[in-house]
Amino acid sequence: MTHDKPDAPQAGGKTKQVTIDPITRLEGHGKIEIFLDEAGEVKEAYFQVPELRGFERFVIGRPGEEVARIVPRICGVCPVAHHMAATKALDMAFSTKPTPTAEKLRRLMYAGYYLYDHTLHFYFLGGPDFVVGPRAPKAERNILGVIGKVGMETAGQVIKYRSAGQKIIATLGGKATHPVCGLPGGVSKAITEEEREQLAALAEGSVAFSEFSLQVFHDIVLKNKQYLDLITDPRWALKTYYMGLVNDKNQPDYYDGDVRVVGPDGKEFVKFKPRDYLKHISEHVEPYSYCKYTYLKAIGWKGFVDGPDSGIYRVAPLGRLNVADSMSTPKAQSHWKEMRSTLGGGPVHQTLAMHWARLIELLNASETLEALVQDRSIVNPDIRGPIGKPGEGVGIVEAARGTLIHHYVLDEDGMTTDANLIVATTNNHAAISMSVRNAAKAVIHKGDVSDGTLNIVEMAFRAYDPCFGCATHALPGELPLEVQLKDPDGTVRGTVTRDGLMRHPRGE
Amino acid sequence: MLMAKKEQKAAKPAKAVAKEEKVVKVERAPAEPKDHKAHKAAAEEGKPAVAPTAPDAPATTAPATTALIPAGKLKFAIYWGNACGGCDVSLVDLDAKILDVVAIADIILWPVAMDFKYHDVEAMADGSIAVTLFNGGVKNSETEHIARMLRKKSGIVVAYGACACFGGIPGLANITDRDGVFDKAYRTTFSTVNPEGVIPQTEWKVPEGTLTLPEIYDHVRPLNQVIDVDYYLPGCPPVQERILDLVGAVVAFVKEGKPLPPKGTVIAHEKSLCEECPRERKDKRIPRIVRIHELKDDYKTCLLEQGVICLGISTRAGCNARCINVNMPCRGCFGPTPGVIDQGASTLSAIASNLDLGPDELKNTEADIERLMAQVRDPLGYFYRYTLASSLLKYARKEERPKEQGGESR
Repeated sequence: MTHDKPDAPQAGGKTKQVTIDPITRLEGHGKIEIFLDEAGEVKEAYFQVPELRGFERFVIGRPGEEVARIVPRICGVCPVAHHMAATKALDMAFSTKPTPTAEKLRRLMYAGYYLYDHTLHFYFLGGPDFVVGPRAPKAERNILGVIGKVGMETAGQVIKYRSAGQKIIATLGGKATHPVCGLPGGVSKAITEEEREQLAALAEGSVAFSEFSLQVFHDIVLKNKQYLDLITDPRWALKTYYMGLVNDKNQPDYYDGDVRVVGPDGKEFVKFKPRDYLKHISEHVEPYSYCKYTYLKAIGWKGFVDGPDSGIYRVAPLGRLNVADSMSTPKAQSHWKEMRSTLGGGPVHQTLAMHWARLIELLNASETLEALVQDRSIVNPDIRGPIGKPGEGVGIVEAARGTLIHHYVLDEDGMTTDANLIVATTNNHAAISMSVRNAAKAVIHKGDVSDGTLNIVEMAFRAYDPCFGCATHALPGELPLEVQLKDPDGTVRGTVTRDGLMRHPRGE
Repeated sequence: MLMAKKEQKAAKPAKAVAKEEKVVKVERAPAEPKDHKAHKAAAEEGKPAVAPTAPDAPATTAPATTALIPAGKLKFAIYWGNACGGCDVSLVDLDAKILDVVAIADIILWPVAMDFKYHDVEAMADGSIAVTLFNGGVKNSETEHIARMLRKKSGIVVAYGACACFGGIPGLANITDRDGVFDKAYRTTFSTVNPEGVIPQTEWKVPEGTLTLPEIYDHVRPLNQVIDVDYYLPGCPPVQERILDLVGAVVAFVKEGKPLPPKGTVIAHEKSLCEECPRERKDKRIPRIVRIHELKDDYKTCLLEQGVICLGISTRAGCNARCINVNMPCRGCFGPTPGVIDQGASTLSAIASNLDLGPDELKNTEADIERLMAQVRDPLGYFYRYTLASSLLKYARKEERPKEQGGESR
């Protein structure tokens, strides 16, 4: 709700409090509180997440292989990312790897997921602010308004390819939302040649659609001076660290790889293996939001400030494209170079450029998708590899909205004894809070808190495509303080405590 | 453009619009339970209100009750509680058919996709929303407040998806309570650094004023434990076929004046999922329990008969066996079969009765049965995956919490 609270506590002069509740066109719950001084200028703005669920607690006690079917409910917009992060954590926990065919099918599903999710964001969630206009009537700032602007023919393409992504996921995973096919060492279903042809038909044209979407962005956003000024306005930039998964050529890899971090200057700060994440990432708690804030452990939590001395980093499309040395497909590579050169050459700090980066990733994923569906070997029957004894595993993928970390500890029977989840949007939470605050200070003047002005403040978080369903997975739960190690015959061989059990005990 | 203009109209200060609204009483087949009090009582007892008939069943001739539906173009609200957003995506997955919905109705609240705020809805007259699709259970004070507000303003409230119907997977949090959740989230997770033990507060003073957060409750409740619910659309998320059944019923009512389904109807099938399952059943007993990642699947035979826990036997049909089609067992997201209150208990007894207890069942002792059932390592997680919050258990009682272990009711 947007309302005045004239009786709010005073802090030097009359303070007016403006609430945006709920924030909209994102996944999950959030609200913004803005405090104005007597002159109607912004004293401070706070971004809050008002929800908490508790997955880390209730996966404890569940069979490890079932966890991959539980955690997708952290987020119904990016369930594929959670299903895959959990499945990869199970690969490690059961000392196995997917077979070559299984890995291709997982990557195919993941490319379909990017086609669906990035299309959803540009046309349904974030894009309406540009396509329809940030100050358009609120009833028009949505997909229906976009359809009105771009016409039914284009809308048909948007509907077709968003849906194609979902159908690709459903073919491989059973259901588009909350797929179920991931098992340690592979996937549960092989595909037939007939199904491969169906998948190829779904993917056909996705590269052209992605290029068309980039053209829309060029025509509607970059050619509009007002929008371009907004994107390049230094008040809308944050000079942070960036994080993303990369392959061995330092190209973004959404499904697998090492985690690379670059500094605000674009130089590599660190590159680490998924299993080492606790050496590099920590989480901070504030009393006014149910969602935590991650930071680089080596630098520390320094509050809501950017720059090289603050441990705040950003993930999602801008994070991934800023940690990249190049892109893995030719068309995406050429757009990546164009974006970098247009916006200064080095890492791109302009928050609203996130939309541009997202569409370059849409193209990258579509190129990957069209190649994978033509690979005749994906119909091979080798979909499950042998599994070893259960233990501990970490799985990291790039969700559409950023680096996603799942970490499970299984006992000798494969039952879950502990879990830690660092989700994409939590990584961006500190930066989102700063971007919202900075946007409020940049656009609200003389007490103007009209619908259009407040919507421009909301554009600051929408750029990140946040998912506060993800970020509030948070979880209650206790790790058993002691675990007995037994021989197969039941003889107790020793007892380890929590710290001894973990490869990465807290505080290390 | 056409639809956007209509949306704009809906967004006008709603009080002015409300004055023009006429409320017409419409016929609906009898409610189940028949009166509000009985329904409320059932809700308080945590019983899912299960109707005996499917939406396509012939309308009964018993005395009809009435639903209040405003005349003129309909207004729909879509809201999420303790949910994941997958239910919202399931509506977007209607693809172009969603345009058929907006052709008959203006959507006046849908946070994932539209910019209307709470104050826009608060300003609307009671009863002015025709249908609210409410997904997610209730876990905090904000969700409860919005659920009550939407109930007052809506003719029909649909519990949309497994979480609203039964609590869903987030309802598994009912094995602990708020303190258990907070302690894990903010203190003991591996990556959390919180030496001062900061815990989020419902009110927090900052230099400029006060920030508030909703209160997180100890337990998840399905929607019908908080407000009166008219229809149930189960599934995690609901599937296109059943969503279209619901839309079709509303459209038939609006356009042709056909009676709405009886109150309490579950928009799904009346049989168990086994009836939809493509796998072959040989009426073989289960020799031992096999976990899915250990199964050498023959890709033909009933998963339960191959020893895998599968809830198809105790789950309402209507999903066309989507999970089983990719060789994964049912976990029960459509909820219990008709007439059953506790899906977990019904699954337990169904599976126990399918166990192979050796050549002479009469000689098997309770200990034999216990030994076999002990192979099911996590009965709560298998049998109550989606329905713990609506089951007879509902949540772990505090007095049952082992102090050191933090509340697991196993």
